[in-house]
Amino acid sequence: MSDHNQHHGHGHGHDDHHDHADGSAVHGSMKDYVIGFVLSVILTAIPFWLVMNHVIESPATTAYVILGFAAVQMVVHMVYFLHMNSKSEGGWNMLALIFTVIIVVITLAGSIWVMYHMNANMMPVMEGHTPQQMHDM
Amino acid sequence: MSDINVTSAGAMSADPSSRYLVREHHPEHGTMLGFWIYLMSDCLIFACLFATYAVLGRNYAGGPSGGELFDLKLIALNTAFLLFSSITYGFAMLQAKVKNKGGTLLWLAVTGLFGLCFLGVEIYEFMHLIHEGAGPQRSGFLTSFFALVGTHGLHVTFGAIWLVTLMVQISKHGLHAANMRRLNCLSLFWHFLDVVWIGVFTFVYLMGVLP
Repeated sequence: MSDHNQHHGHGHGHDDHHDHADGSAVHGSMKDYVIGFVLSVILTAIPFWLVMNHVIESPATTAYVILGFAAVQMVVHMVYFLHMNSKSEGGWNMLALIFTVIIVVITLAGSIWVMYHMNANMMPVMEGHTPQQMHDM
Repeated sequence: MSDINVTSAGAMSADPSSRYLVREHHPEHGTMLGFWIYLMSDCLIFACLFATYAVLGRNYAGGPSGGELFDLKLIALNTAFLLFSSITYGFAMLQAKVKNKGGTLLWLAVTGLFGLCFLGVEIYEFMHLIHEGAGPQRSGFLTSFFALVGTHGLHVTFGAIWLVTLMVQISKHGLHAANMRRLNCLSLFWHFLDVVWIGVFTFVYLMGVLP
């Protein structure tokens, strides 16, 4: 391995690259999994508790809070279960993830934004229906 | 690309063996990255389904709403099943790391059992909804609901089939490099489905029952 690094013009500098190269190396430790599991249980239990016991008065606030918990839990899963870091596969994993997250945000935010305005702007044209009835259709 | 590099460099150093080293090494290297890119593209499918649900999720067409249909206790149970299956898969990986074949198979079996429990509850939920007349054709809300949650369930089903296949392979051929690679890929797949489920239970179920 080290010998081919020398011949290799651009030799990947860091050491653990070759150990993982064939995909047979196991990442993570017992500690990682247990930390990830405990955090996930907490981050799952709180949103369920918030919604099932109507802890927060306003539904909108509850929605934002549980979305926040979901975002944090996704990061926890990425780090402790999927073992994401900026170095895996020479950084390409992270790059693909960042690209995907950008596309996902555009898809979600764009769809919601456009369709919300479509709903709001198209309503008055339909006569004889209240906006709420139209929305229910 | 590095093949060419190395061939010329290898010729100069008069050590032809180094060339073969890289040739074996290079294609192997792609598996984990390639599988990761597949998962990212899968992520985009789910993003589209989530966007559809975000747009249609409150269009009840006079039919039942999420608040009337969803049983959060059942969803909490399902979430627990999936979370447990995630950590038991982690235990299987740790057993594979120390090359304990029996331990790996045991934890994989536990993982598969949790996966089947999840699927059982989900199928029960779907049947129940359809019997109540709240099938996918009832309203825009239910169409997008069945599309999103059903796609996730289908992924779990295929994950379970893959899991059983891999268990047979491991019991027959042991924990050699190729099987370890497959274990690693399934690990990514399984944990990825859990990440998607976080989005599902938060966005569909918990936010669905909010007024």
